[in-house]
Amino acid sequence: MRTNDLILQTVTKVILFIILLFSIHLFFAGHYYPGGGFIGGLMTAGALVLLLLAFDMKTVANILPVNYRIMTAIGLLFSIGTGAGSLLFNVPFLTHAFTDVYLPLLGKTSLHTAVLFDIGVYLVVIGVTMTIIQTIGEDE
Amino acid sequence: MNNLLLLPILIPLFTAVILIFLNRFTIASRWVSALSFLSTVFVSFLLFQKVQADGIQTLNLGSWEAPFGITLVSDMLSSLLVLTTSVIAFACCLYSFRAIGEEREKFYYYPILQFLIVGINGAFTTGDIFNLFVFFEVMLMSSYVLLVLGGTKAQLRESVKYILVNIISSSLFVITVAYLYSVVGTLNMAHISSRIAEVGQPGILTVIAVLFLIVFGLKGAIFPLYFWLPGSYYAPPAPVLALFGALLTKVGVYSIMRTYTLFFPHDPGYTHELLGALAVITIVVGIIGALAYWDVKKIIIYNIIVAVGVILFGVSVNTTESLTGAIFYLIHDMLIKAALFLLVGIVIAITGTTNLKKISGLIKNYPLLGWMFLLSALALAGIPPLSGFVGKLLIIKSGFGAEAYWGAGIVLMSSLLVLFSVMKIFINGFWGIHRTYEEEEKAPVSWLLISPAILVIISVLYGVGAELVYPYILEAAETLTNPSTYINAVMKE
Repeated sequence: MRTNDLILQTVTKVILFIILLFSIHLFFAGHYYPGGGFIGGLMTAGALVLLLLAFDMKTVANILPVNYRIMTAIGLLFSIGTGAGSLLFNVPFLTHAFTDVYLPLLGKTSLHTAVLFDIGVYLVVIGVTMTIIQTIGEDE
Repeated sequence: MNNLLLLPILIPLFTAVILIFLNRFTIASRWVSALSFLSTVFVSFLLFQKVQADGIQTLNLGSWEAPFGITLVSDMLSSLLVLTTSVIAFACCLYSFRAIGEEREKFYYYPILQFLIVGINGAFTTGDIFNLFVFFEVMLMSSYVLLVLGGTKAQLRESVKYILVNIISSSLFVITVAYLYSVVGTLNMAHISSRIAEVGQPGILTVIAVLFLIVFGLKGAIFPLYFWLPGSYYAPPAPVLALFGALLTKVGVYSIMRTYTLFFPHDPGYTHELLGALAVITIVVGIIGALAYWDVKKIIIYNIIVAVGVILFGVSVNTTESLTGAIFYLIHDMLIKAALFLLVGIVIAITGTTNLKKISGLIKNYPLLGWMFLLSALALAGIPPLSGFVGKLLIIKSGFGAEAYWGAGIVLMSSLLVLFSVMKIFINGFWGIHRTYEEEEKAPVSWLLISPAILVIISVLYGVGAELVYPYILEAAETLTNPSTYINAVMKE
């Protein structure tokens, strides 16, 4: 049975970008406030699941030709790499470093290696969630 | 501060990620995997030498000071176990090349293998009780995948049981850690130990000690929590079975050993008596199982339960001598169980059956397999000068010394019956009329023999060279009986 999901599809096209933007905001907010890679990743995955609900798997695979398992692996590589980077400076594993730099437009910005770690977490969360959802969805 | 003690965890973790990318190239995956385990063995050995030369090594992750951040601690016991684990992982990985089958390899077998070793090495190294839970989970998640990989009917059935049991025990683990945290207000194991010593272990902490026994007892398969083990371990193929049998239960045993010596040594009249009684019943139950079956896999699987009982009896006596024996026997058992499972795997590959009544006369065509099996069987039972002897001797001697006559007597008797149960395989399977089997030609026996050969040689050296190894084991046991060494090493930095 094919339901008429015109409303859902139309709304999704708009809502999707709002959710994605908000997830990126959450990701960066996590540096000093509640948020971060995990919750940001979950929200992005939520947006993608909404897309899957509104359209079908084939369409989504066409728009976003991403292999989520590889995405998970890249995320892990980011996180482990950031942690292991501290070995090069002979400080304990996972020790982070930060500095304040002056960037045009943004002004005084604090750059932190924890962001790299968080990008890893972000990618792993999206990758794992989407792999699970797709595996469950495939059976239908 | 020493990043070396992180490497036995970091190398497999990093390799696991690389292997996800390499998944399509089976041959490359195999060799990258083996190379990674080989380098893990190498760094574990370096770590062992470092601990031997400079005492306990610690690492405060992320540079957060000791009681606040997560600390990794490598004392003699943990470095020895990490070394043994890495050697077994390497052997099982080599064996998998020709035993696990391309289908499983394509489904991320090698990356999962690496994640399993991350969990096990991590559990042996961590000095934080909640982090121990995390590494347990890493290990369990990987073991779920390894158990179900291949998707045969038996595997699926047993996976459901195994996952259910472990989810219950994991949630109980978190609850127990929460109880402990609410009482002592810290998660760092050294800090917990010193705080418990300050308050002198009142009743509530003894309750927590028993809860820990239930949690780790479920993973380590002690009576009456062993019920899931014979079925679950029966399902997966030989190399996975060898890893499970040699390593997974031993992580539970190690955790009991660590918590009962570091946290709860103050009320041995209750906690250690209970542990001792359960250990003895575990031995008896394991023996009954091992004698009852005519299935080669089942016999060895029940011998895991016997060994867990023997080691924990040593822990329950709680003297330096008995702990030395327990550690000696623990390492011996890891090596020899892995070897036995791999050898049984070859027998199954040749004959295509696990039913002992359908196997006979193997020694005619496979003399090396036969003699290696005999050697491991003798070592398992503890015939001198092989590796099981010294550990059992120390455990029994200290048991009689502590007037635990019943327990020590049963350990002594169990050796005979263990010998009988494995000799049954040797006599019926290797002697007798020579038979031919359908699948015989296809079994890559000479390649498969390499891994158990490595393990059997190490185990023989371990037994014959007991005099050389003894000082290190003694040092490991002394650290356990003197928690202050451990506490000072962690809290000083």
